[in-house]
Amino acid sequence: MGKRSVIPFGPQHPVLPEPVHLDLAVEDEKVVKAIPQIGFIHRGLEKLTETHDYQNYVYVAERICGICSFGHSLGYCETIEQMMDVDVPMRAQKIRVMLHEISRIQSHLLWLGLTADAFGFESLFMHVWRLRENVLDIFEMTTGGRVILSINKVGGLVRDISDDVLSQVESKLVSLKDEYQQIEKTFLSNSSVKSRTVGVGVISHDQAENLGMVGPFARASHVNNDVRCLGIGGYRLLSDFVPILDTTGDCYGRIRVRCKEVVQSIDIALEMIRSLSSGSVSVDVKGPIPDGAQAVNLLEQPRGECFYYSLGNGTQYLERMRMRTPSSENLAGMVAALQGCDLADVNMIILTIDPCISCTER
Amino acid sequence: MGMFELGGMTLKWLFHKPATKQYPQVQVPPYPGRRGHIENDIQTCILCSRCVKGCPADALEVDRKNRTWSINLYRCIQCENCVRVCPTHSLTMSEELAGPTTHISAIVHTKPEDTSKKKVSKNDSSKQS
Ligand code: SF4
Ligand code: SF4
Repeated sequence: MGKRSVIPFGPQHPVLPEPVHLDLAVEDEKVVKAIPQIGFIHRGLEKLTETHDYQNYVYVAERICGICSFGHSLGYCETIEQMMDVDVPMRAQKIRVMLHEISRIQSHLLWLGLTADAFGFESLFMHVWRLRENVLDIFEMTTGGRVILSINKVGGLVRDISDDVLSQVESKLVSLKDEYQQIEKTFLSNSSVKSRTVGVGVISHDQAENLGMVGPFARASHVNNDVRCLGIGGYRLLSDFVPILDTTGDCYGRIRVRCKEVVQSIDIALEMIRSLSSGSVSVDVKGPIPDGAQAVNLLEQPRGECFYYSLGNGTQYLERMRMRTPSSENLAGMVAALQGCDLADVNMIILTIDPCISCTER
Repeated sequence: MGMFELGGMTLKWLFHKPATKQYPQVQVPPYPGRRGHIENDIQTCILCSRCVKGCPADALEVDRKNRTWSINLYRCIQCENCVRVCPTHSLTMSEELAGPTTHISAIVHTKPEDTSKKKVSKNDSSKQS
């Protein structure tokens, strides 16, 4: 048995897009224990609901994280709408689902690019990010922003999307699907991708359940916790939804789940566009939130289930807002996946979990 | 197998025009409705401060005494909320991005005195009496 030593990893590290610190206890080249440390970018955003008007807080909520910015504003708005008994028009609900799925495509493409970059596959990285630019173009066309969309408000959407733009979005998505499927083949059949990922960082089905893992990370271990199946909000309008599961539980399984989810999200977005009916996209919501009103909400973010809880106090401000984000759920799984892995695989494992530290720390 | 397809795609892009643009020599025209920066038509502004209350980023300031409306573009997050709450539609979201500057300062618009002089003086006197 070799000598045990501790290697500090992060918060600044080339594979980490966001700051998390890990103390890796290693024996020879094996990681025997990983101790995570977070808290570098805590901003107290939940506390801000006590001093920000609930309508204006939407713009804060979408800044919890840049990658899931639309998801957070959607989750927050749906929670407040539940508390205030607001019925959001059908058109707005469908556009919300469409944009949320396009955000998932954007997030997964970003992640696939980073993963390709992590195992040194530069051309794949470039192609994936080239495709992602098209997705950001869709955002700019429909909402006016590329990353922070600012289109949600309590009661619906702040602007409608014209049919002309929607048909452009549709054709962009169709051509994106074509090109993406060629890239997907490389991801799933290339031998150098497989040699880095198959059998690495395995999490079993039971482990995934016990650690309460969420999102594609858990679905790769065949745990179905896709909140979209529950049909909350606009997701009840989906004609049929079958979550993508994998049985391997390793890094390759996680890549496969996310790869397939991109195609699935494109299909959902197209379904929403094709079934859109005309109508208004928002209802006016005025006045304070009733005292003691509570609401909980679940939303499937690109990284997994996000839980929202809010409590009103009869004013324009909230008494309490709680968001339990997917990456904070997955930290325990990440530590388990790192246990016993090779030091060289640490970056691959961390990346395939796709931790979003901004969400985790809020 | 996938490798050949990717190789083919890469080869195609070698002879394709680049996916990126040589900014700033080549400018990309904005899509209609892009959120660039806020502009205020101070002539129609009534200095009611509703935009200030609606701004989540504290980027706006209204000084009724000196008749000024100011925006700090470095604080503004382009959420367009002020445009929606303005009762006189004097605020608009321009599609052009705000230009670069060398120092951080607020843009101040001063409302000319003459347009609503009478009204203001009347109100002031009624308050005092
Ligand atoms: S809301 Fe409109 S009219 Fe009122 S101060 Fe702001 S810009 Fe002027
Ligand atoms: S766009 Fe938003 S942040 Fe900017 S001044 Fe208007 S309300 Fe404030």
